[in-house]
Amino acid sequence: MKITEFLKDNILYLDGGMGTLLQARGLAAGELPERWSTSHADAVCDIHRAYFDAGSHVVNTNTFGASVLKFEREELDAIIKAAIENARRAARESRTPHEKWVALDIGPTGRMLKPYGDLDFEDAVSVFAETVKLGVKYGADLIFIETMNDSYETKAALLAAKENSSLPVFVSCAFGEDGKLLTGASPAAMVALLEGMGADAIGVNCSLGPKALAPIVKEYLHYASVPVILKPNAGLPHSENGKTVFDVTPADFASEVASLVALGVRAVGGCCGTTPAYIAETVKRTKSISPMPVVEKDISLVSSYTHAVVFDNDPVLIGERINPTGKPRFKEALREGDVDYVLRVGLAEEEAGAHILDVNVGLPEIDERALLSRVVTELQSVCALPLEIDTADPAAMEGALRRYNGKALINSVNGKKESMAAVFPLVKKYGGVVVALTLDEGGIPATADGRVQIALRILAEAERYGIKKKDLIFDPLAMAVSADGGAARATLESVKRLSAMGLHTSLGVSNVSFGLPSRDTVNAAFFTAALENGLSAAILNVHSLPMMKAFYAFRALSGLDTSCADYIAFASSLSEDSATVERKSVKAENCAATLAEAIEKGLKAPAVALTEALLKENDALSVINGEIIPALDRVGVGFENKTVYLPQLLMSAEAARCAFDVIKEKNAGKASADKCPVVLATVKGDIHDIGKNIVKMLLENYGFPVYDLGRDVPPEEILSAARQRGAALVGLSALMTTTVPAMEETVKLLHEGLPMCKIMVGGAVLTEKYAESIGADAYGKDAMEAVRYAEKVNKDLQNK
Amino acid sequence: MELVPPPFDKEEILRYARVKEPTPEILSLFDECIEEAKECFTYKVVYREFRMRSEGYRLFLGFGEYESEYLMHGIGTCARILPFVATVGPEIDFLIKRYEVLSPAKAHMLDAIGSERVESLCDAFCDFIAEREAKKDNLTRPRISPGYGDIPFEMQKDIFAVLDCQRKIGVALGARFLMTPRKSVAAAIGM
Repeated sequence: MKITEFLKDNILYLDGGMGTLLQARGLAAGELPERWSTSHADAVCDIHRAYFDAGSHVVNTNTFGASVLKFEREELDAIIKAAIENARRAARESRTPHEKWVALDIGPTGRMLKPYGDLDFEDAVSVFAETVKLGVKYGADLIFIETMNDSYETKAALLAAKENSSLPVFVSCAFGEDGKLLTGASPAAMVALLEGMGADAIGVNCSLGPKALAPIVKEYLHYASVPVILKPNAGLPHSENGKTVFDVTPADFASEVASLVALGVRAVGGCCGTTPAYIAETVKRTKSISPMPVVEKDISLVSSYTHAVVFDNDPVLIGERINPTGKPRFKEALREGDVDYVLRVGLAEEEAGAHILDVNVGLPEIDERALLSRVVTELQSVCALPLEIDTADPAAMEGALRRYNGKALINSVNGKKESMAAVFPLVKKYGGVVVALTLDEGGIPATADGRVQIALRILAEAERYGIKKKDLIFDPLAMAVSADGGAARATLESVKRLSAMGLHTSLGVSNVSFGLPSRDTVNAAFFTAALENGLSAAILNVHSLPMMKAFYAFRALSGLDTSCADYIAFASSLSEDSATVERKSVKAENCAATLAEAIEKGLKAPAVALTEALLKENDALSVINGEIIPALDRVGVGFENKTVYLPQLLMSAEAARCAFDVIKEKNAGKASADKCPVVLATVKGDIHDIGKNIVKMLLENYGFPVYDLGRDVPPEEILSAARQRGAALVGLSALMTTTVPAMEETVKLLHEGLPMCKIMVGGAVLTEKYAESIGADAYGKDAMEAVRYAEKVNKDLQNK
Repeated sequence: MELVPPPFDKEEILRYARVKEPTPEILSLFDECIEEAKECFTYKVVYREFRMRSEGYRLFLGFGEYESEYLMHGIGTCARILPFVATVGPEIDFLIKRYEVLSPAKAHMLDAIGSERVESLCDAFCDFIAEREAKKDNLTRPRISPGYGDIPFEMQKDIFAVLDCQRKIGVALGARFLMTPRKSVAAAIGM
């Protein structure tokens, strides 16, 4: 019988701890337990057999850390082969008559994935893939991914399992006492991610005892539509006479587990500190409980790497600002590869109250596939909101969905056959909630009837792919009321009817006012009307005060805002005279008289206000040369003379950047100062970039177009970018002694490939002498020295 | 184990931030950063004890063998050694990363706060072990870390191999001895 079939009507018993039992049999400190599969096959087999005898239906092979990161390929092959054979032999030798399965056990790689660690997501997928392939080759019945404490690594493992086998996959994570994974994911976020990608059973193991895990398990049960797994520790470990012992007895363990089985947990076993006695006791206590049916939960969830956002009757705000349409400054940033600008736009939306960020970086002249993935990855390293992947290019969509850490909102599919054929397979593979536009080959129907019909066809087609109703959100399309007086009515009627059918809806609200003056007035009224008709989500400008007022007021009036707390908090953040459409300035004190003074003191808000005021009567160049640059120079000289400290230099640079942002906003698209392009990167293997970022900010303030390639950048990539951008100067950074050789290699490659390009190096471990020895043209002791050198290179170029 | 180190040491943080005489603006940056960071630390240490011995310049530490003058000088006369890994958790990394985009000045100050916290945690842990040992009339030596003097970085791998750091306190070791969360320390106390 297939294990997934068995699970439908039965409680599945799993095994318990392996490591503690191996230690009891002599596994030494520091010895890799997986090696015992080959060196002590009988001992491992005995443990498996004891679990089968105790009632386990499934035993996990002794392969927790078995990967190409820890073992040579040949040894890995032998270990996995032996581990599966040991479990098979135990199944044969066990005298209990029940069903038995052998699960290929997969634990974390032991490395942390980027952006916080150094392992690339695709490399992690490849590492897991090798293990999975061997498990399939040697006949495992299922794959059991367990003790995962990072959502991204869990996704990599599940993806590898799905791409390299057709076996059932169980996934179980290790949550901390705070109810989250180490990298922050909540149980709901993990349910969204794992179920979205098609895991067959999901749950929790390790870290805590059954009692402490209960709240987490209950959350799984609330959201999950697949069987839930529970494998707790035997409580918390403590030391007794030099030995590690656990504080929960088999009887107490079984009793706690039984209470969770009664609530619906369908696969139970144990983790650290548990033994066959714990499993036997658990079987005894739970076998008379009739298994709760696993029911489909009609909850629409998207998630980030920390939390899930639910679509229900409380409206969801999707920030629309990460989109180049009609935004010259944004387009310029995309063309220059200035991802930091995009990130700041996103973070500002988060600050303003967005629940999800729409991400659209499509411009005809850029490589959208590469850029969308990069922006999604980098946004997820600084912002915890779920993202909406917004692209018309299925390849760009797939690239971004693959790298996305969570279950994304996808924008969009429509009723055209071609669209559904391209998008639905991606939703099925990577998970996601997809926005479905009610248009098809015939265009956008004028009536609600027509739009509802298309929605029904999309729904039916999605079902053919195994995509559930809850993973679709219908956008019945807001059209310009200036062109058709009935447009808003048709859309509102569609929202109403779709909502009445139990479907979720979303609208790009501001389209309704296209061609009209004072658009926000119309938008806000339309938004309120749509909410009243049951709208679940809206893509809008969260910086628009009328829209946010409509949102908070609607929630308060609809009883969605307990004690009107959110409304009151929002209202108190507004200026006294809210007609000015301004939020209160963060800091009124310490104001500066001149822009130069604001920059020297590092005051951002005054720097913005003073720049705006200056630009009313002066041109940009005179503001830059008369105020900003002299102030930066004074701070720079002070830093060099050690009268100004690094934080102050940075604060000044930030204030200057704010001033430049104002100038760029007004002058986007116009040519900037005549400075040479500079490429910056932290070298391969190194992921420290605070120093490089400081240099970048200062160089930008001095007018250099800077192309920042980020961290851990291979030499070839730096050479190719320097070529492409026509860089006169490349700045390389390294902080770790272990990555300095990569810097040397990069310098060599650049000198060979671009002999005219100057190379400047810097970073905590470098010295002037060392810089010289590896062939660098200059050593930047600090950020100001880097600026001085860049100025020199620029001047030399102009004199040529 | 979980261990709470003493409160933030302002002077030490400013020293890490490379500030000698703080201006009012720097002090206000400091206050802002402390306010944001104060809730984001979880202090965890994992450790284990081994018998050790030395032969000539070679030290046998129970979890690995090393040749190092620095080690010999620091702990050559000890009978036992206690390798440990301490961390203040990943949240400060998230916060720093976010501010690298929004405000490098804040990122820099938060980085200094994180460094002070993990060093302070190590100090508190070493004091705890020293007190425990003092009750048994044993002396402890100042802690040593891989990378100090001529102590090989490889020692870090060996320490990780015996401490089950990822499962117990969530610290992972990267390919080039980079620990995640960043504000983590691997060290050992000779006794």
